[in-house]
Amino acid sequence: MAAEEKFSPQTWPVSPEQATLEGKNKFLGFWFFLGGETVLFASLFATYLALKDSVPSPDHALAKDLFELPLVFLMTMLLLTSSLTSVFAMYHMKNYNFKKMQTWLFITVVLGLAFLACEIYEFNHYYHEFGHTFTSSAFGSAFYMLVGFHGGHVVFGLAWIIALMIRNAKRGLNLYNAPKFYLASLYWHFIDVVWVFIFTVVYLMGMVG
Amino acid sequence: MKQKLTKWRLLTVFGLLALVLSGCGEPFLSTLRPAGEAGQIAYDLMILSTVIMVGVVIVVSIMFAVAVIKFRRKKGDDSIPKQVEGSHTLEIVWTVIPILLLIILAIPTVIATFDLADTKAMDKKNEDGTTDALVVNVRASLYWWEFEYPNQGIVTSQDLVVPTDQKVYFNVKASDVKHSFWIPAAGGKIDTNVENVNKIWLEFDNEKASEAGNIFYGKCAELCGPSHALMDFKVKAIPQDEFDQWVTAMKSTKESTPTDPEAAAGQEIFKQKCLSCHAVTAADERPEQARLAPNLANFGDRELVAGILEHNEEEVKNWLEDPEKYKPGNKMTGTYGELSDQELDQLAAYLMGLKVEQ
Amino acid sequence: MSTIAHTQKRGFAGTVWEYLTTVDHKKIAILYLIAGGLFFLIGGIEAMMIRIQLAVPNNDFVSAGLFNEIITMHGTTMIFLAAMPLLFAFMNAVMPLQIGARDVAFPFINALGFWLFFFGGLFLNLSWFLGGAPDAGWTSYASLSLASEGHGVDFYVLGLQISGFGTLMGGINFLVTIINMRAPGMTYMRMPLFTWTTFVASALILFAFPPLTVGLFMMMFDRMFGSGFFDVAAGGNTIIWEHFFWIFGHPEVYILILPAFGIFSEIFPTFARKRLFGYSSMVFATVLIGFLGFMVWAHHMFTTGLGPIANAIFAVATMAIAVPTGIKIFNWIMTIWGGKITFTVPMLYAVSFIPSFVMGGVTGVMQAAAPADYQFHDSYFIVAHFHYVIVGGVVLALLAGCHFYWPLMFGTMLSERLGKITFALFFTGFHLTFFIQHFLGLMGMPRRVWTFLPGQGLETGNLISSIGAAFMAAGVIIFLINVVNTQVKNVQVGRDPWKDGRTLEWAIPSPAPFYNFKQLPLVRGLDAFWIEKMEGKTEMTPAEPIGDIHMPNNAFAPFLISLGLFIAAFGAMYQVDDKPWAIPVLIIGMAITFGSMLYRSIKDDHGYHIHKEDLLDDADKGGTR
Repeated sequence: MAAEEKFSPQTWPVSPEQATLEGKNKFLGFWFFLGGETVLFASLFATYLALKDSVPSPDHALAKDLFELPLVFLMTMLLLTSSLTSVFAMYHMKNYNFKKMQTWLFITVVLGLAFLACEIYEFNHYYHEFGHTFTSSAFGSAFYMLVGFHGGHVVFGLAWIIALMIRNAKRGLNLYNAPKFYLASLYWHFIDVVWVFIFTVVYLMGMVG
Repeated sequence: MKQKLTKWRLLTVFGLLALVLSGCGEPFLSTLRPAGEAGQIAYDLMILSTVIMVGVVIVVSIMFAVAVIKFRRKKGDDSIPKQVEGSHTLEIVWTVIPILLLIILAIPTVIATFDLADTKAMDKKNEDGTTDALVVNVRASLYWWEFEYPNQGIVTSQDLVVPTDQKVYFNVKASDVKHSFWIPAAGGKIDTNVENVNKIWLEFDNEKASEAGNIFYGKCAELCGPSHALMDFKVKAIPQDEFDQWVTAMKSTKESTPTDPEAAAGQEIFKQKCLSCHAVTAADERPEQARLAPNLANFGDRELVAGILEHNEEEVKNWLEDPEKYKPGNKMTGTYGELSDQELDQLAAYLMGLKVEQ
Repeated sequence: MSTIAHTQKRGFAGTVWEYLTTVDHKKIAILYLIAGGLFFLIGGIEAMMIRIQLAVPNNDFVSAGLFNEIITMHGTTMIFLAAMPLLFAFMNAVMPLQIGARDVAFPFINALGFWLFFFGGLFLNLSWFLGGAPDAGWTSYASLSLASEGHGVDFYVLGLQISGFGTLMGGINFLVTIINMRAPGMTYMRMPLFTWTTFVASALILFAFPPLTVGLFMMMFDRMFGSGFFDVAAGGNTIIWEHFFWIFGHPEVYILILPAFGIFSEIFPTFARKRLFGYSSMVFATVLIGFLGFMVWAHHMFTTGLGPIANAIFAVATMAIAVPTGIKIFNWIMTIWGGKITFTVPMLYAVSFIPSFVMGGVTGVMQAAAPADYQFHDSYFIVAHFHYVIVGGVVLALLAGCHFYWPLMFGTMLSERLGKITFALFFTGFHLTFFIQHFLGLMGMPRRVWTFLPGQGLETGNLISSIGAAFMAAGVIIFLINVVNTQVKNVQVGRDPWKDGRTLEWAIPSPAPFYNFKQLPLVRGLDAFWIEKMEGKTEMTPAEPIGDIHMPNNAFAPFLISLGLFIAAFGAMYQVDDKPWAIPVLIIGMAITFGSMLYRSIKDDHGYHIHKEDLLDDADKGGTR
């Protein structure tokens, strides 16, 4: 019933993501899911902090030898900006402006892909220049697990947003897909917040010593 | 139905009584017969907590029994009892009383925790790096124990020898997987980790030691593989002067050729097949990574063969013939090839002759 | 889209297909009950083998290596594949009805949760036939599990990973259901205790499972992909595993025991005919136990060498849990105090639970005293303790729940006579088996020992313990006979079969119609149905006129998504051996999983509606379909 109803900007509800019971359930369930994800990343951070100076031999690269601020700063800016553009997208979603929402989502995806490209370059660089890999040391394992899990989340988030954009390209917004867009954007924000912590705990603290 | 239950309960009570009468386990093994200060601290706390908790169980059981017996529904009684919402007073009572009981338990717990962790004496080093306190480095490996006395410069295995009536300090660690060092009668256990050294102290009363025949049983208390159950060791607790004699004797062990020709032949086999892992001098100066197997300098004095078999030549031969049969998964199986019956006899004769005690 | 099309017809194949695709929480409950029950029997057989091996010293009924596999699988199976799923069965069957909901919040996810659990458990148990089961204990401490040869521990890691995802999804589903789907008037402080405990246990699942997931991932990477988290040579640290395992493992204990408390909190008022004493403090105690459950994990690691400060803090924190637990015990006693008790089978379990669980609880406090625990730890005392809480608490609750909720789930009533025999055998056997083990531990017997040598004073105790185990086994066999008998006879007992049902689940026909409530009920207080009955009514006052009911469609995707992971797990495991087919299998499995997920998210599924007219037709037919 309500799910496939056609709307106009006037009849579109204020909180379309929570206008149906299904939407409300998804909204709440997703927040709980993010709660679990938070614990997951907290565990990964704890592991990283415990193992960040643990290498098999003194000549193995450590955090202070590896990281370069410019690249990481660029990555941070890319992801922070993409978070902002997804906010714009949601602004237009709430105003029932499907075209503009798609445009902003597209920009979000492009920024996300740029971030991924930087990350791939970064990992490749560590591997070739320092021999720093997932298996070279406990530090390496913890580093790649934490940053890699985040990278995996970025990939999944991008795939999700792209799938939503393609699937709904022709039919526009309704109360069935509005919660989906909203949650994908929420997920994207979460990824961004995690990155801020990675930037601080892994990169900044790593460079200080 | 009910009666049957009470009968069973009675039986359990009798069973318990029988247990109490038969004592609290063996003096060389049981935590209920503490052999020294560390064991006593744990024991006192166990008794204190048991007394409090038995009290709780009794109170609850009485309330429970009265409720169950008194408020059974009679046949044909279809009335609805008064629906009581609750009682603030009662809630406060059964919140506050347990808190008080727990405080009574918590204070000695905290004190004892710090007492048992007090190993400061190990850090008071003399100029030559030794300590006044007796220190033993315990190293656990897949299914055997090594005991190194850094102050005395000697190494032994399987049978820990300690002087009575003084605190003995232990550095414990594992060389392969995690084990746990436990002498139940002497006190609590401590894990032997693979990445760090843990410290603990124990003490053995002279009187209690002689009650137990001067021998205590030690166990591995952390699952470590198929033969975890068989990773036993022994503790010889002897008076200080005897301990000093033992140390002196151990220091002077060397690879001398035995007089008995059979044992001498055994020594030749030993040199070829065993010496690369097993040492026969207690003053073993190789690093611990090179000490791949138990030190056998005083093998002839051992309580049990491999920690589990009776100590005689027959069992030594059985063990050497097929260690896998007695300790599945051990690291010795298959490292020295087949031994003929004659070789077994000779080796056993040699090994049993490795003694420092008269 | 059809209306009530799938309520009639179908032969055997149709029934199977229906269960493979169902998203109905009541059918998922039955699936959980069957699968969990099956794993419970497997775990029970393993337990019997342990007790046979230890009946006499120097026994060689099983070999040392096999024994370690058996204890590992016994623990893992009972906790992850039997106790939790069986509790999930009752949560699914009862909780939505208790809050007056037509469905759970995420029927699809609910089904997915079940199938993930099932395939994870299946994968784990296939290890018996594929080169040996895991043998590093259910705690799988890192140094030993890394040293363990063969694929046993890989089965453990991957199997638990898959079933863990399922549990996590189930938890989120219950949380949202309870928050969003309550009937009009069902405020939080009117929710039945079982719903409350489900709620808190689900929250614990949400926060406790991710650390386990991380730990399992690290173990998987270390064993299968060469990383160095726990490899000391590479700088790794095995204590990290211990922390993660117990940060999960301790809350896990409460995930099990809280719903068990919930079941008993329903049984006591019903058969004492008296409302639960101190409802609000019971709720408070439940929440407090859940909260404290996260603060005490290191009491499993007192002997790890964390130092006296950590040990002292965790000792005191652990003792604090005794307070809310005590509150619960006393409130239960006061509930039956002044009541009119009928000793039905569920009530027998409930009353016998009190002394049994108290004994398990007090030994828990004893272990909280760290220096005493240096002696208790990893000895048979611990074995006795946790069996007293898990069997004396959770298993008694499961048996009680089976008898109590059987009519709700199947419309039939288990035989009271056979039930009492089961109870007598099981209860006797339980105390006989485990009471003596306290003393075995104190007398110096370490746990997880394959055998013990004669002459250490341990013979009698072990023999008594093994005899007790036989009684428990006999009890379970009679229970099975009871189940078969009851279902063959199939005597339908109808609504409110215990006559004294107090909560909403008894207000509708048993078994419930697939849409649960034709009209959502109006809840006017705690024990909503009891209030109506006391006013002489036989049904709930409806909160809405009869209208169309929206229902979800059945789906096969949950099965496929789980199957894909199941297949992929084999690929991940055998790529270690450089098997040429391993990587393709991994890819195919992942493709099935992600393909099904993509299909699910691309294809719109709006469900269907049951029309008002059909509901009116259905009016007098009751719940039998």
